[in-house]
Amino acid sequence: MQAITTALTATMGGLLLALAIILPVAGVLLSFVLGGRAAERIALYLMPAGLGVAAMIALGVWRSGAPLVYLLGGWPPPLGIALRADGFSAVMLLTTALVILCAGLFARANFPTPAGVNEARAPFAFWILLQGLWAALNMVFLGGDLFNLYVALELLTFAAVPLVCLDGRAETLLAALRYLVFALFGSVLYLLGAALLYGAYGTLDIGLLSSRISASPAVWAAAALMTTGLLAKTALFPLHLWLPPAHANAPAAASAILSALVVKASFFITVRLWFDVLPSLPVETPAAILATLGSLAILFGSVLALRQERLKLLIAYSTVAQIGYLFLMFPLAAGLHPWTADAWSGGVLQTLSHAFAKAAMFLAAGLVAETLGHDRISGLRGLGKVMPMSVFVLGLGGLSLMGLPPSGGFTAKWLLLMASVRSGQWPWAIVMLAGGLLAGGYVYRVLAPAFASADLSLKAPAPRNRERIALALALCAILLGFAPSGFFAFLQIGRPALTAIP
Amino acid sequence: MTVVNALDIGLAALVLALAAWTVAAREAFAAAVGYVAYGLLLSLVWVRLFAVDVALTEAAIGSGVTGVLLIRAAARLRGATPALDEPLAPPLRFLAGVLCAMVAGALAATVLLMPDPAPTLAPQAVGNLPSTGLGNAVTAVLISYRAFDTMLEKVVLVLAVVGVWSLAPDACWGGSPGAPRPARPEAALAFLAQVLPPLGIVVGIHIFWVGADEPGGAFQGGAILAAMWMITMMAGLTEAPPVSSTRLRLVLVSGPAVFLAIGLAGVVIAGGFLAYPSGSAKPLILFIEAFMTLTIAATLPMLVAGPPEQPPQP
Amino acid sequence: MNTASLAGITGALLVGLGLFGLVTNPRPLRKLLAFNLLGSGVFLLFGVLARRGAAAGIAADPVPQAMVITGIVVAFSATALAVALLLRLFEETGRSTLRADPPSKAAGDGSGA
Repeated sequence: MQAITTALTATMGGLLLALAIILPVAGVLLSFVLGGRAAERIALYLMPAGLGVAAMIALGVWRSGAPLVYLLGGWPPPLGIALRADGFSAVMLLTTALVILCAGLFARANFPTPAGVNEARAPFAFWILLQGLWAALNMVFLGGDLFNLYVALELLTFAAVPLVCLDGRAETLLAALRYLVFALFGSVLYLLGAALLYGAYGTLDIGLLSSRISASPAVWAAAALMTTGLLAKTALFPLHLWLPPAHANAPAAASAILSALVVKASFFITVRLWFDVLPSLPVETPAAILATLGSLAILFGSVLALRQERLKLLIAYSTVAQIGYLFLMFPLAAGLHPWTADAWSGGVLQTLSHAFAKAAMFLAAGLVAETLGHDRISGLRGLGKVMPMSVFVLGLGGLSLMGLPPSGGFTAKWLLLMASVRSGQWPWAIVMLAGGLLAGGYVYRVLAPAFASADLSLKAPAPRNRERIALALALCAILLGFAPSGFFAFLQIGRPALTAIP
Repeated sequence: MTVVNALDIGLAALVLALAAWTVAAREAFAAAVGYVAYGLLLSLVWVRLFAVDVALTEAAIGSGVTGVLLIRAAARLRGATPALDEPLAPPLRFLAGVLCAMVAGALAATVLLMPDPAPTLAPQAVGNLPSTGLGNAVTAVLISYRAFDTMLEKVVLVLAVVGVWSLAPDACWGGSPGAPRPARPEAALAFLAQVLPPLGIVVGIHIFWVGADEPGGAFQGGAILAAMWMITMMAGLTEAPPVSSTRLRLVLVSGPAVFLAIGLAGVVIAGGFLAYPSGSAKPLILFIEAFMTLTIAATLPMLVAGPPEQPPQP
Repeated sequence: MNTASLAGITGALLVGLGLFGLVTNPRPLRKLLAFNLLGSGVFLLFGVLARRGAAAGIAADPVPQAMVITGIVVAFSATALAVALLLRLFEETGRSTLRADPPSKAAGDGSGA
């Protein structure tokens, strides 16, 4: 045991990992004391700084070609807690910093503290919760200890739920309450699983567990409980019911972050669990179950998206569907086969490109709703003439959702498709193609009326500056389609399958 | 079967009976009262497991403060409660019951089959105690070995306060939490509120202070102090401070802020974030714990008081 | 059967009871009570592991104990947030459906759709 312990030492640049969490945490505490107007300023100053830290972490991982590790308090696991950043963590940190920066800039128009008052409720809460979300997300992507990840998940819940009901309408309060119940149910199951693992192995450190774990009833029970809990938080079918009302009713900037990043956090931990904690188990059956649920999510989510009357609800149901793709990664990237590296890259890329595309689309939809005074799809005729940039953003985002080139979504789905063909797991390929067609259908439902010639009455002038923010995010989703091969090599850094198995 | 064993079985049966009552009771209010009794008995189980720190926390927070929160909510909701979803049809209810019984059974079997004695970190936790200067290993885990968890959990409390406050009507922003105080407090409650706090404050501070070496610490001491403040507020002797109060906000963040500041200082003076320099670990830890006690003592009552419901006083 | 194993069975049954209440009772406050039962059952299982990990002269492994203390505080905050949400929801729906006077919503419309 001692030998393993000494192997876990801090690496150069490890302090950056702590800094990525400390910055937003300090922002939360400072904003809370100084209040509304200062909270906005603190958040907006910290965001570029946080982006810088994320970039330095990515650079550090890139240079060393190995994960960065930091031991908090200098205590090595199992007694202490380690932070760890591999390729997947680094790209998630970068994506988070970018999306949060854009959402923050976008939200300035929605959450200013009105002149003449020291502080107002919604801005105070929004800017603090935004930083809280950011801290929690960074914790999730860096956490190396399953209990620490539990705390991170709770932090995430406490920041995300109040954002849903900031406007105080009964409808949003109900959505927030339902979200909270699902989230709490998820965390308690996760914690129960963690308890079983601690009882069996006396540690919750991911690295130590992976080297000790072998199949036993306790481990299977833990895996089932933790996965179920995480799926409830990720809103994977059939645990998706809470997501559409919550994501569709939140303020646009919050919807963007919830759909782009928050559901990905619990997905990220699910990946950590199966690929880093439990790789030594025979995972064929659970992986097939996850992918089957993912397939059902793709089909049901897309069909429901097709039937929505409101733009934001359509985008929210599309999230339910796109989450499904992520879970196809489990059977395709498991083990060590010629196709697993590609499948891993495909899954990660789907996570990233959906984050950018969906954030862009929610921001654009928010602008449409603000400008028209509603977001009914039937009332979007002629939108292309008055808000061409927003329609363009919806189109670019749609490209990535459908999986058409050139876009990150295309590359991601192509990689997953090829992996399923090469591994002979053709059902997933069929589902992916069907999902692409259905996505084409719901994107068409939005774009077709937008390009119709009709005169729209506007409630407010279209805000060009804020449309540009959404466009920047949509372009990121497209740019991911041009990722060089070095990027895919980067995503493999720290994968146990490549280093642990000879 | 020994006497002790029989007592354990009786205690477990009572705990389970109260838990079943909490689920099955017709009225939410009765269920909430049942939950408080349940929590108190559960803390006895914790004592039987030789986890006195947890027993204190469970009694003070898990049962006490949570109980006040739930009972008050049940009282306010009496009559109408918005339902979150449709009630399950009887066959589905039965099916859910069977499934939950299976989960419980599988879990019980798993726990019984798991290694006993279990793998443990106790030797390492105790072995490293000298470098922290502490005598209570649980406190050492909370404030040193796993300090990161504890610090962030305090941030969770701050976010919970923000979340609860964010539910205020806009017009009440900056005002005091809770409904306007009753004109005439109940005599019995007012009496308790005058007699208990001096005693409670001494006990709370004592529990915080001994926590370095014996069962107790910031959580438990803070919770007792919180209870004292809650009693005086409920009796109408004091009013909750307005949410715009800078002093209140400073107290609410002081625990995590001091923790973070000393943690950062550790980078310079002890070679790592959240590391303590050898030799002066104990005073630093006590310093952090003092502020955490303060933060908990203020946060718990503010969370129970809820969002501001009165417009700010001019 | 020793005290720890008995507590383990108790914890498992509490998890089952809490799960049942959470799934079957449609009313949010009852769900919340059930969530607390479920949570305390999970904590109790941590306690059982701690007790079984008695070593080095102390009667229970301190690491799971510390985790439970953290968990109890987090569960309390979750309950507080949920109660606040629930009471606000009750007020809003009470105002708009139980009474005749129109809901006052002018304040909440500024935050985008």
